[in-house]
Amino acid sequence: MARVVLQGVTKTFQNQKVVKGLDLVIPDGSFTVLVGPSGCGKSTTLRMIAGLETVSDGNILIGDQAVNALPPGKRDVAMVFQNYALYPTMNVFDNIAYGLRNRGISKKDCKLLVEEIAEIVGLSDYLKRKPSQLSGGQRQRVALARAMVKKPKVFLMDEPLSNLDAKLRNQMRVELTSLHKQLGTTFIYVTHDQVEAMTMGDQIVVMSEGQIMQVAAPMDLYQEPENLFVAQFIGSPAMNIVSAEGRSDQLWGFRPEKALLLPASVSPVPADDRWVAKGQVVSREILGSDTLFHVETEKGRVIVKADTEEARLLGGAVTVTVAKPHMYVFDRASKKRVGRLGGREQAATLAGGVS
Amino acid sequence: MKRVGAISLKTAEWIGLLVVALLFVFPFLWMASTAFKTMPEVRQFPPSLLPESWEWSNFVRAWESGPFLMYTVNSIVVAVGILVLQFLTAVPAAYAFARYRFPGRSLLFGLVLVVLMIPGQVIFLPIYVQLSGWGLVNTLWSLIIPYAASAFGIFLLRQAFMQVPDEVIEAARLDNASEWRIMWTIMVPMAKPVLVTFGLFSFIYHWNDYFWPLIMTNSDEVRTLPIGISSLHMSDGGTLWNVMMAGNMILILPILVIFFVAQRHIIKAFVYQSK
Repeated sequence: MARVVLQGVTKTFQNQKVVKGLDLVIPDGSFTVLVGPSGCGKSTTLRMIAGLETVSDGNILIGDQAVNALPPGKRDVAMVFQNYALYPTMNVFDNIAYGLRNRGISKKDCKLLVEEIAEIVGLSDYLKRKPSQLSGGQRQRVALARAMVKKPKVFLMDEPLSNLDAKLRNQMRVELTSLHKQLGTTFIYVTHDQVEAMTMGDQIVVMSEGQIMQVAAPMDLYQEPENLFVAQFIGSPAMNIVSAEGRSDQLWGFRPEKALLLPASVSPVPADDRWVAKGQVVSREILGSDTLFHVETEKGRVIVKADTEEARLLGGAVTVTVAKPHMYVFDRASKKRVGRLGGREQAATLAGGVS
Repeated sequence: MKRVGAISLKTAEWIGLLVVALLFVFPFLWMASTAFKTMPEVRQFPPSLLPESWEWSNFVRAWESGPFLMYTVNSIVVAVGILVLQFLTAVPAAYAFARYRFPGRSLLFGLVLVVLMIPGQVIFLPIYVQLSGWGLVNTLWSLIIPYAASAFGIFLLRQAFMQVPDEVIEAARLDNASEWRIMWTIMVPMAKPVLVTFGLFSFIYHWNDYFWPLIMTNSDEVRTLPIGISSLHMSDGGTLWNVMMAGNMILILPILVIFFVAQRHIIKAFVYQSK
């Protein structure tokens, strides 16, 4: 067990910086998720921690040891790959035992350790099988067992669930979280799927274009995004962004689930504590529990999530209202969040004389 | 109507295949048949397809007409020796070409390909002179050393090694495997069909090779089976075709056995493997 520290970590590929000076502390025993769109440098960061990529600049510490110059096998980390990367010519037992044998562990201890892990992940009956004779989920378990058997200080996972079907993915998500609780080891998990990030991580690192946009716990990330990128990346569907009223240097945003949709016939109570926009429903997506209404308003196109599926709203005139405390305020130039409308933060920043 | 058309097309296809198969198999069967005939039956016209009586004694005569046991042992030593050396040189070379980036890689690999294109007959003289200078002519070494590294093997294995997914090698690195261990425990088993195929090509080529042993050797002690068999040709009173063919049967028997054993792997190597 150990924490992982990144100090100004940079990666340059052919004069192009793909990771730009990351400073990050991954606490001991945490389940940290690196999330971001493809090409944001999250996988490269993970591979640098694993030692599969060299660090162009900066330092990586595992525990208190600088590992920049250490080969992958000596870093005491284990990695689970997206496509499992099992050794196709070896059976399940040998796949799991390979890392142990390379460390010179005796045959007897090897057998004991492998059988113990196989029991935990439910592979005891498959030890003699080749990876090609296993289902996707079973292969994933072999990959996990292979990582676990080494009892590493840090687990690294590179989109390990993206090759599984939706049902199995949900199941494995729960299993991975409980596994993390059971082992208490540091997990670093890379994904592009924000749902995976939100459900599994206790610390989420949102990345974009080689930089960290925000590091926070899942709920904080959702409720208090620090900038426009995080606001639009976390949450499904993305936050609606509209022009600010009376401030050309700002943008306002609200979550689709915080908006209220009313037929135009019902005139909303005019109030100072609401943002109001008139418009027309252009399309809707039924999700089952909720429905997404795409509304073309006078203040731009927005999406509203509502628990009604009323068809008569389609094509009709509607009014979208949002309570002002749910309205986020962003600076147009820096893309940073200033505060909320009508909230104390806003007042404070206004008093502080922003812009 | 349509069905009849399909059936007749199928039939035509089968007949075509059968003709081609016969074309290839017939000389071989003719050799086998001749090996069992008596000399008068060999000369008989029209020739008979199958021997009237099975003359097993032809094989005994062939075997006893020279030091065939010695030839056989020499052939095995040479073919196996070459095979082992070629594996030991081709595997690391192919691994380096497939997996490492180093200055001059393309140039060096180009050189390997050039070697692939030069026939042995073109360079046998300088090699002969060189081996003669080392005093190795007329020894088994002169038959083995020139073939210790195979350009064809390096090329074939490199292609196979390039197919191995990067993640598998990275997983092995994280499992604390050295490069050497990755090469022998991950790469080589994954390239097994290609290795078997190459091994077979190499073995057959050197087992049957007539030209090189003929030049490099001049005494029975270091000669190989093909030279021995060809000496059957030069017996007094005309060629004894039946004995000669019996000798050829002895020559190809090991190859047939190996081929039947390895057939599965050869087909695998040429058909793209899906997971």
